[in-house]
Amino acid sequence: MDAFEYASPSTVKEAIALLGSDWESATVFGGGTDLLSLLKDDIEETKRLVNIKRIGALHAIQNVNGGLRVGAAVTIEQLLLASDVRKNFPSITDAAEGIRSPQLHNMSTVGGWICQRPRCWYYRQGFGLLALDANGKSLVEQGDNRYHAIFGNSGPAKFISPSSLGPVLLALDGRIHIEGPNGPRDIAAREFFVTPQKQGDRELALAPNEIVTEISIPASSRAMRNGWYEVRPKEGLDWPLTSAAVALKMSGDTVQSARIVMGHVAPTPWPADDAAKSLEGKTITEETAAKAGDAAVQGATPLSRNGYKVQLARVAVKRALLAAVGKNSAAASA
Amino acid sequence: MADYHWPPADHRALIGKRIKRIDGPQKSSGDAKYSYDINRPGMLWGKMATSPYAHAKITKIDTSAAEAMPGVKGVVTIVPEGQEVFWAGQEIVAVAADTEERAESAADAVKIEYQQLPYLVADTNPQQAGAQYTKELANNVKGNPDQAFQQAEVVSEGDYGIPVITHCCLETHGQVTEWNGDDLTVWASTQGVSDMASEYVGGLGEQGIKIAANNVHVVTQYMGGGFGSKFAADSWGIACAQLSKKTGRPVKMMLERDHELMVAGCRPSMHAHVKVGAKRDGTLVAWDSDTWGTQGPQAEGSPTLPYVLQVPNVRAKYTAVLTNIGPARAWRAPNHPQMALISNGAMEDLAAKLNMDPVDFYLKNIDLAGAHAKIYRDEFAKASELMDWKSKWHPRGQGSGTIKRGLGLSIHTWGGRGNMSNCQVVIHPDGSVETNIGSQDLGTGTRTVINIVTAETLGLPLGGVKVNLGDNKYPPAGASGGSTTVSGVSTSTRMAATAALNDLLAKVAPSLGTTPDKLEAWNGKIQVVGDPSKSIPWKQACAKLGTASVTGTGRTNNALMSSGVGGVQMSEVEVDTETGIVRMIKHVAVQDCGLVIDVKTAESQLYGASIMGICYAIYEEKIMDQATGRCLNPNMEFYKLASIADIGEIVVHMMQGPGYDERGTIGLGEPPVISPGAAISNAVANAIGVRVPELPLTPDRVLAALGKGGVA
Repeated sequence: MDAFEYASPSTVKEAIALLGSDWESATVFGGGTDLLSLLKDDIEETKRLVNIKRIGALHAIQNVNGGLRVGAAVTIEQLLLASDVRKNFPSITDAAEGIRSPQLHNMSTVGGWICQRPRCWYYRQGFGLLALDANGKSLVEQGDNRYHAIFGNSGPAKFISPSSLGPVLLALDGRIHIEGPNGPRDIAAREFFVTPQKQGDRELALAPNEIVTEISIPASSRAMRNGWYEVRPKEGLDWPLTSAAVALKMSGDTVQSARIVMGHVAPTPWPADDAAKSLEGKTITEETAAKAGDAAVQGATPLSRNGYKVQLARVAVKRALLAAVGKNSAAASA
Repeated sequence: MADYHWPPADHRALIGKRIKRIDGPQKSSGDAKYSYDINRPGMLWGKMATSPYAHAKITKIDTSAAEAMPGVKGVVTIVPEGQEVFWAGQEIVAVAADTEERAESAADAVKIEYQQLPYLVADTNPQQAGAQYTKELANNVKGNPDQAFQQAEVVSEGDYGIPVITHCCLETHGQVTEWNGDDLTVWASTQGVSDMASEYVGGLGEQGIKIAANNVHVVTQYMGGGFGSKFAADSWGIACAQLSKKTGRPVKMMLERDHELMVAGCRPSMHAHVKVGAKRDGTLVAWDSDTWGTQGPQAEGSPTLPYVLQVPNVRAKYTAVLTNIGPARAWRAPNHPQMALISNGAMEDLAAKLNMDPVDFYLKNIDLAGAHAKIYRDEFAKASELMDWKSKWHPRGQGSGTIKRGLGLSIHTWGGRGNMSNCQVVIHPDGSVETNIGSQDLGTGTRTVINIVTAETLGLPLGGVKVNLGDNKYPPAGASGGSTTVSGVSTSTRMAATAALNDLLAKVAPSLGTTPDKLEAWNGKIQVVGDPSKSIPWKQACAKLGTASVTGTGRTNNALMSSGVGGVQMSEVEVDTETGIVRMIKHVAVQDCGLVIDVKTAESQLYGASIMGICYAIYEEKIMDQATGRCLNPNMEFYKLASIADIGEIVVHMMQGPGYDERGTIGLGEPPVISPGAAISNAVANAIGVRVPELPLTPDRVLAALGKGGVA
């Protein structure tokens, strides 16, 4: 790790002015739970850390005309304590509780939760985000890919998007609010996560001189039954092997419309639109949920060692659907 | 004269009771200083440049940039130009600088050029590895296995395996070194304080630095885990002392976590194809195993299969596969957890094929365990009771629903004879007592055990004795490996304390109008045996020494100890058959170790070993990547260990009393860690109806066994 400058501005404008036009000049510093290890392990470099935790405007959790808005510097713990979130957006709370660490809850921010870098072990060993060897061949493909992508992996990117908030935001039709030198903009969560196509590409639609300021969920999603399920090997702190977030617009027991988004299966959160469509007009039962799970994994393209993740993605979808309507499939059949 | 034999059960104040470890408060409060905590005036920090390649020749080393960096005070080369490195992470150059960050930057600035060479790092079977990487080490035959298999009425055949894992010590390897003239002091995180001086004499000698063993002072007051991986000075120890010598300053060099996981711990893998045969009534008749394992760049030894149960007709082959990974280090009960998995896994599969409850199957064959058959019988009864085995057990694969429960068991053995230990007990005229011994407390409770034995022997409370250990200036004691410490230090302490007491009794006897042989130390007094009315309080007795302390010395005594223990463990698991996730429900560990000195610290060993076993059964694997030659999970993120939420309920029981106490002390550290892998694997097989051949029992392996691993 090289020496760097530390800046701690108190407004978003000041913060943006401290950022640079390339990724190496400056880095936004939220909770630091991912960034500091990236710097210490020499995976990423920076000349300046720009702490955004002192910016008061980034700390609010608000209900604005029925929509939910959460500042980028809100910690996961604060999110867990927000009763409106727990009551109406259980998929957010459940995904937060899936991070089995009080330390991470206390330190990690919502902005960092979506902007954290992939955990691909080749990337984390310094082989680059795409992990290509000297001949341009994928180390992931040749090597140990047990935790890698089973969807969206036909290009050079084989890593999985690590954020559990990502799929939840997509399912809830959320938006990411961003501010840069040209002022604020916002973008659908679905457009925010992108798959790098070549060396140097990043996995987020964010420029080096921009800051994520807020996430928002529209009022229309408030009425949706939403659920989260992650297949996590350990009860203690561990990454999900697969996950799924769902949101259901219901009429009584009948699904009017649905969104299903799988997590930890692709370089981005991975919507399963056909599977969601297939639920319209149906009630959520063990059987319809299982069928939606089957539909969601159609077209999966597992690598040499991660075929098992197809089954785990299928199960995550099924169980997220059942969770959304208050049924716990595994416990019920035990 | 006081008798040195262990006191009978009805005449013990401390031995065999439940006593808290005496250094618990220091450890909880942070007062206990580990090697990592040692900070010396003017101390420098050492860091190392290591090989990124699994096998390479070093063609050029340029340290000039590193040496020119601010704060850098010294550089030493560990592997010079022209020589080869044999695993990624092997240490090549060490640097010392005035801050940890500067040392790290300097290590990064060392320029090393390599010529890459062929390597094998993957856990690969001998056929795939090829002749250049393999070495057949055993092909043993006992009885007539071919004939016995023909006569067997039921034969079970299966595959069983356990990957390479690492030690993952909480305190990484390393030390602080400091020279003062010709004298070297080493604060080392080591399992062998008394043996360590020779390591430095030899290692420094190879680097052209002559030092006599009596000039090397080794200190280890507290130690954050070794599990068999911390016996040597290692390249970093010698390099650290060289850097200290060169700079004239103390140097601290502890391994980084990734380096620790890459190079400082490797438990060899073991994989086997097994055939085992029995008569219809369950009587074992024949065993055949073809076993292989990877154990780093060297290969030695071979497993003893079958394990515990000495089947009359056996063929057992073992082939080692040489790999370019950090060298094998003894891991708590070397080879035994692997042998237990292979053997107890195969036995459980056979029992399932025989439609027998495995408890009945083991009891049917338990005489094949030899001298300790009775111990196993007792333990099966106790473990079955604690697990409620009879009411919970079901034949394999029964039960409906997604989440299935199952029970499994395993048995194990270990030697555990005490190592050579010397002890000195000093009784001072003011009544204070100290015990000096060049042993070490790895966190197991050795300090507490020495305290108990001294206090018991002298009739004192625990607080009446001060224990001094962890320093090679005290009488030499063996390294703590192989479960040898408790017997070594207990018996030598008993001998030394008895000798000191006898000197005291000789001084006191006249004032009680009797002879020393009629006296005993009991309950804070010296008294006539059987007549407490004729006594003198401890302090007054010691005052009769005048100004001269008495010193007793003692050595490890075979009359007070023995070897060979048995243990039975049972596991209950829950398997989610849709996800392949295995969860611990309950684990029962029943163990004998002869005479138990302290029940509480003994039980701690069982708890700790059970947790360590759950970790390697369900989570742990050192993942080596053949594409890059690297370890892919040298971190606590993907090198997975159980958290407190993952271990379920753990119930432990130490066998004690008649049949156990009279065997004297026997070591305990390793045996309870041997069985969890097998017991948990068997429980999973019982739950889901099929064997998951390889540990750890991760979702991919469980789903593959269930036939659910493939593409949609």
